[in-house]
This record gives sequence, C-alpha cells and structure tokens, in this order.
Amino acid sequence: MLASLKSCAIYGIESLIVDVEVYISNGLPAFEIVGLPDTAVRESRERVRAAIKNQDFDFPIKRITLNLAPADIKKEGPHFDLPIALGILAATERVPVNALQGYSIVGELSLDGKVRPVNGILPMAIEVKQKGLKGIVVPLENAEEAAVIKGIDVIGVKNLKEAVEFFNGKYKPGKITPDIDAAKAADFEGDFSEVKGQEVLKRALEIAASGHHNLIMVGSPGSGKTMIAKRIPTILPSMTFEESLELTKIYSIAGLLAGKSSLIKTRPFRAPHHGITPVGLVGGGRIPRPGEISLAHHGVLFLDELPEFSKEILELLREPLEEGKITISRMNATVTYPASFMLVAAMNPCPCGYFQDPFHECSCPPHKVHSYLSKISGPLLDRIDMQVGVLPVVFSDLEKVNSTDSATIRKRVELARNIQLERYKGENIFYNSQLTPAMINKYCKLGKAEKLLMKEAFEKLKLSARAHNKILKVARTIADLDQSENIKEIHLAEALQFRNLDKYFQYLKV
Amino acid sequence: MAELELLVALNMIPYLGPVRIRGLLNCFNTYSDFMNATRERLLSVPEVTPKICDIILEFRKKVNPFDEIERIQKLGAKIITIEDEEYPRLLAEIYDPPVVLYVLGEASVLNMESIAIVGTRKPTSYGQKIAEQIAGELAEFNINVVSGMARGIDSFAHKGALKAGGPTTAVLGCGIDVVYPPENHELMKKIIKNGCVITSFPANSKPLPSNFPARNRIISGMTRGTLVVEAAEKSGSLITADFALEQGRDVFAVPGSVFSPYSRGTHKLIKQGAKLVECANDILEELNLRKNDSAEIKEPELTFEESEVLDMIDYTPVNIEFIVQKTKKPPGEINAVITRLQLKNMITLLPGGYVMKI
Repeated sequence: MLASLKSCAIYGIESLIVDVEVYISNGLPAFEIVGLPDTAVRESRERVRAAIKNQDFDFPIKRITLNLAPADIKKEGPHFDLPIALGILAATERVPVNALQGYSIVGELSLDGKVRPVNGILPMAIEVKQKGLKGIVVPLENAEEAAVIKGIDVIGVKNLKEAVEFFNGKYKPGKITPDIDAAKAADFEGDFSEVKGQEVLKRALEIAASGHHNLIMVGSPGSGKTMIAKRIPTILPSMTFEESLELTKIYSIAGLLAGKSSLIKTRPFRAPHHGITPVGLVGGGRIPRPGEISLAHHGVLFLDELPEFSKEILELLREPLEEGKITISRMNATVTYPASFMLVAAMNPCPCGYFQDPFHECSCPPHKVHSYLSKISGPLLDRIDMQVGVLPVVFSDLEKVNSTDSATIRKRVELARNIQLERYKGENIFYNSQLTPAMINKYCKLGKAEKLLMKEAFEKLKLSARAHNKILKVARTIADLDQSENIKEIHLAEALQFRNLDKYFQYLKV
Repeated sequence: MAELELLVALNMIPYLGPVRIRGLLNCFNTYSDFMNATRERLLSVPEVTPKICDIILEFRKKVNPFDEIERIQKLGAKIITIEDEEYPRLLAEIYDPPVVLYVLGEASVLNMESIAIVGTRKPTSYGQKIAEQIAGELAEFNINVVSGMARGIDSFAHKGALKAGGPTTAVLGCGIDVVYPPENHELMKKIIKNGCVITSFPANSKPLPSNFPARNRIISGMTRGTLVVEAAEKSGSLITADFALEQGRDVFAVPGSVFSPYSRGTHKLIKQGAKLVECANDILEELNLRKNDSAEIKEPELTFEESEVLDMIDYTPVNIEFIVQKTKKPPGEINAVITRLQLKNMITLLPGGYVMKI
C-alpha cells in the first residue's frame, strides 16, 4: 500500500520537483504529513479528506503517512492538496500507480473536490520541462499559463474526479493552446501623444529609455510628472520571449497573473506609494514574496515624491540598482529575485514645491529646503544619470495638435538599443548606463573640440566631479540615438543639460 | 568722557536702550560711581522709571564689564565707543546710536563712504545676480558695502564686494563671537580680512528675532543710503528702509518683474519715492559721488541658431519648452544650443528648466 508521485515546490522564483510518498498501513486511524510542511500544507489533511469523500471515493480508515521529499526544504502553499489526494487514492488502488509516473501534479482542493487555481504555475512548468518529465496536471484556470512552455503535456482538471479519470484513461483533456501572441505590445494604456507639449521632457525620457538610464524629474507641483511617467513603458522596446518569461514567472509566484493571460508582453510600470514598507519594496516576508522592485523587472519603477520615502527604503534600492537583482536572507532560506528596472523618480524642489520658482513665492524656510533636498543621499544620486527639470505646461501647448506618439519614439529607442547590444557583445553589459569607468574610457572617446567643450563646461557651469562620467554616458546614448559612431560636440552639449537637480543644490550652498 | 567699563556694563544690561543709557551717562561718569549709586540716585535720572531701576539694580551686579573686555580682546576684537575717532560718524548722528560697537577686523572702513545693500533671505537668481553686481561696482569705487550677513541678498552683497576686492562691513544681530547663519562661517572670515564685522550686542548674545530691527537701525544709520534689492511684501528689509527714512538717509530700490512676489516690496518703495536703481551709477549720481562711464561689453560671435534662440530669451525667465515650440526644432538641438549660449555667458539656466538672459 505504497504510492509515490511528483509535485512541485516554489523556492524564490524557481521551482523544484517534490516527491509525494503515501504509505497506508494498518493501525489506529491517523493522517500525518512529514517533510517540513507549513501550516497551509498541514491543513490540506482536512481538505483532502473532505474532497475525497465528496467526490464519492472512499477515504481509508487506516494509518496514513505522507512524506514530502526532499525532506529538508520547507514546503509552502496549498498546491499539494491534489497530489496528496491522488496519492491516497493510488495507495488504495483507485488510481493505477504506473499511470502517475512522469507527471507532476499541483492544485488546491475545495471541500467538495473542485480544483482551485494556484500561484507559481509557470516556474513549475519550466522545471517539469527541465527535469524531462512528460507533463503537468494543473487546475484548469492555470492551464494556459503552463501551456506557454512547449514540449510538455498540460492537463487542466476541474475537479478531483476528472484527475482520477485522466489517470484511469477515461478522460482525454482537450489541447490547450496559449495565446502567446494575443497580447500584442501595442495595447498599452496611454500614449505619449496624449501628453501635450512637454517635448523637452519627452526627449529626455527617450534618451533615458534608450540607454536604460535612471532619471529623476524635478519640478513644481502640477507639471505632469506622474502622467508622463506612466507612459514610459510605451516607449521601451518590446520584451524578448526570455524577458517576458522571466517577468511572468515573478508575477506567477506573486499571484498577480490576472485572469487567463498566459505571458506578460507589456513592460511593467510600478508606482509604489511612499508609505511602502521595506518588505513591500524589495520583497521578503515569512513566506518570501517578490516586492515592487521585482514586479518592475524589465520595466519602470516610478517613485513619486522621492524625498518622502524613508531613508531606509531609499538605501535598499542601492543593491538592485547596481546588481539588477535582490537577495533576501531569512531564517529558513535565502532567495534571490531578479530586479532589473529603470528607476524613474519625481520630486518637488522643496516641501511647498516652489523653491526657486520665478513666479511663485516659496513658503519654506531655507533649512527646510535644505533638509528636504538632502534626503536624497549621494550614493543614490550617483546611480541616477539624468536630472531633468519639469515645467508646468504652457497654455498654448494644450491647443497644439501634433505631438510625438509613442510608436515613433519606440522605433528610435529600439534602434539605439540594438546599436548598444551590438557594441557591448562580450562585455557582459547591455546598455550605456552600465558602463564602468574603464569602459567609459574605451567607448566614450572625445575628440579635441569635445574635450575643450567639456573642460569649459566644467569650469563655467560649476559641475561636480561625479557628474563627469554621467554626462559622458548620456552623451554616448544621444550619439547612439543619432546613429553616430563618435560622440560629437552637439551630443555632449545636449547631455550637459541633464544636471538640473545639481542646480538646486548650487543655490542652496549660498 | 565716560569710562569704557561703564559703557560696556550699561550696554550689557537688558532693557536699557541707547536713549536711557544716554540719560544715565549724564549723571554717571565712572563705573564705581554707577555701581555704588543708591536707588534714590538712580531714580533721579529722568529716563529711569521705577521698573527700569529694579532691572538696573538686579543686573548691575551680574554683569562684569572687565571679563567682557578681556574676552573681546582674546577674540582679537575691540570695543569702540561713541566718543572714539573710529566710531562711524554718520551713525553718531542718528537719534539713538549704540554707545559701544564691538568690531572684528579693520575698523577704519567704518568711516569710508558707505552704502547699505539689503534684501530678502530667499532671493531669486535675478536678485542674487544684481546684488552681487551692484556691490561689486560700488566696491570698485571704494565704497564700503554694508549689509547684515544674513542668508540671501545680504550674503551676495558681501560676496560681490569681496570679489571686486573692495571693503565691506557686516552688521550682526548677535554677539561678535556667534556665527549666524552658521553656513556663513567662511564668508565671515573673508569679511574680517577685507573689512570688518560689527555688532552692538555683547559677546555670546544669541541671534534673537528682536535683535534684528536694532541691527537694521545700525545698517541704515551708518550709511549714506540703503539699497533694497529684492523684498517680498512683508520683509525685514523694508524695516531697514523705514529706518533709513527716519534717519534722513536715501532709499534706493532695484525693480523686478511685476509678476515676481519678491519684487513687491521694492516696487512699493519705488512708488513711495525711493530711487529706482539699475546699476551702481544711479546711486553714485544721487549722492554726488564720482561718476563713471562703464565700458561696453563686447558681444561674442553667435551662430545663426544661437542668435535665433537668444532672440526668444528675455531678461525674465523663459520656459525652454516655449522655445522648442516657437522654433519647431527638436528639443535635443535646442538643449545643445542652450548649453553653448550658457558657455558664452549670454544666458543662465535656472533650476527647474527656465533660461534667462544675463
């Protein structure tokens, strides 16, 4: 009376195959689960017992021992219900043990025996394929998600009975074809053409998107910072299959795959509120979950009112900004979530928003402005290449009809990114923003005239030393947008305009 | 001639202003005489009310002018009295001149021709520029620029004068050994080197809000005229201008944009008859000081694009977005042109994305 079958467990954003072993022996009736189950797994005893009975099967009145192997990894989540139920039925010979071989089974059971959808199906399907298994049995609602992975059988089941019939050869599930192409990159919410005027800001964002530069917008309230930031994903190049698979994995684990969409094709835009907790931002928790920075993977993380975020939160961003991932160490496990995002931040120059505004009086005392601006620490600012001043929309702008649309800009961005990918082959980086000082010397060579301009600019515009490399990186991107091999004077001259926040700091030193 | 110790002691007693001190000095000449005076004798001074008499009796034991004088000497400063040669002549003429001044630096500048420059603590870039410029021009004529070393316009006035290598005087609203605002630590050192820092407050006095009107009275009192550069509708600089008028001195004001809230105060002064000032010459003319024809600055050569963009920029802040729309050129090009114009010193970029001619 021994049965063994396979299921999956989630670890970080990866999955691993778990053996579910059931042994039914004579003795006092009992039902024990061993192999580091957490509460949700342990509670599955009650769900499984009820589901088996309510689907008109017999629940053995014997001593049942259930083992989840490998026994040294914590098992979390309710998706072990279905494999446990099938294991018991296999041990009582209602399901042929041999038929179970080669399938991994996941699913949560309701008391009446229906199979409920679970999180993390995509990484499980990937693992099933990698381990060379035949197929995966999943809740019907999750079938499309799993079907993204080609080369394995995906069996979606509605209830326990259907699963039993499948293994008895009485139920043939229909083929599930995922709508991989259904979600086209085109259906974005919003478009740059809806933002009237603000051509200067749009240009800055185009450069930022091309070189994957982090960017901060500084400006008075009501200048449209948030509105335009929301539309940044529309000018980013469409994701490759690998990228969207990686992103979908994160959303799958976080349980955020809305409805039936199988693969996420649009780049994410995440805008957490400044009251967010550290765990909410970078991920973690008792049962580790990816945070906002991972949900913004391959997309945009927008932090509005940057100085309102607590210092602790802002400092947490330093590792992911550098590494493109975040490692969370907890008592039970250390998990790594990918978090390669483009940081777009917005801020007012002072608490009231009108510091140095030529047309409004600022009501903040000087020390308040100082403490407000100094909340943005140097190390964080070092990771932000572009600072852009944002102005309120001029009234005449609103009447203007033609405004650059996202598709046009996206084409230019894609072109510039391809140039970068080509250039950095074998360098282990992809974008201009990732250039190290040594690489800057190699790839951002300046001619005589350009060197002169740079020298003059540093003397006259009082630029700080840390601005030097950033200007070069941004100039490199502008040259790429222009499809120019070398950085020319005009590129450098434009790059020098993206130091607007420094201006405020200069005024403060008075 | 009253004893220095007596003057210092009287200056250290709270609630005793210059007028009451003058009354007391009519009756007492030496420190010991004052210390031994009975209540009746003190009350016989017409300026002394019973309440003031109590204060004098309470505090005259607490203050120690000998320690104070020693401490000031240790700081490298000195105390000048109203009877000293070095005491600013013009200041002595006002109704209520302080009896003693603490001086750090070169006291001889106090009797040079002096002009006060005051203004808001939160200036616009325009105000900063013009304060620095006029202070520099005045300094070139060897005129002592007097201000309060506060944040904003005051600091820029001192800086402008120092840059031009001229003398400048800072009048503090705190003790001579207190640096306020603290960020002006370096500036204060420079002022002491090229001019002097003075105050009427005893050592260790905190920069209490109530000190500043008294300080402003000295600023306007020791100068021929007071120039207000930028002032909001309710600004401390307007108090200085009022003092100047009471003391029979001239008031000058720099105009600004009618939209700028920081020029409301100066415009109000102009409406009331203050002289409108565009450059130092306007002040010198009024005071019958030397005149000078400023040399024309040579215009640098500009490309067609640069002059096209420059035509659109004015002496008031202009939105870059506006230039992009008017020229119908890609924003990238405009940005590059703006950098070049900046390097040619034709325009200045303001925080937030405005540009302005300079």
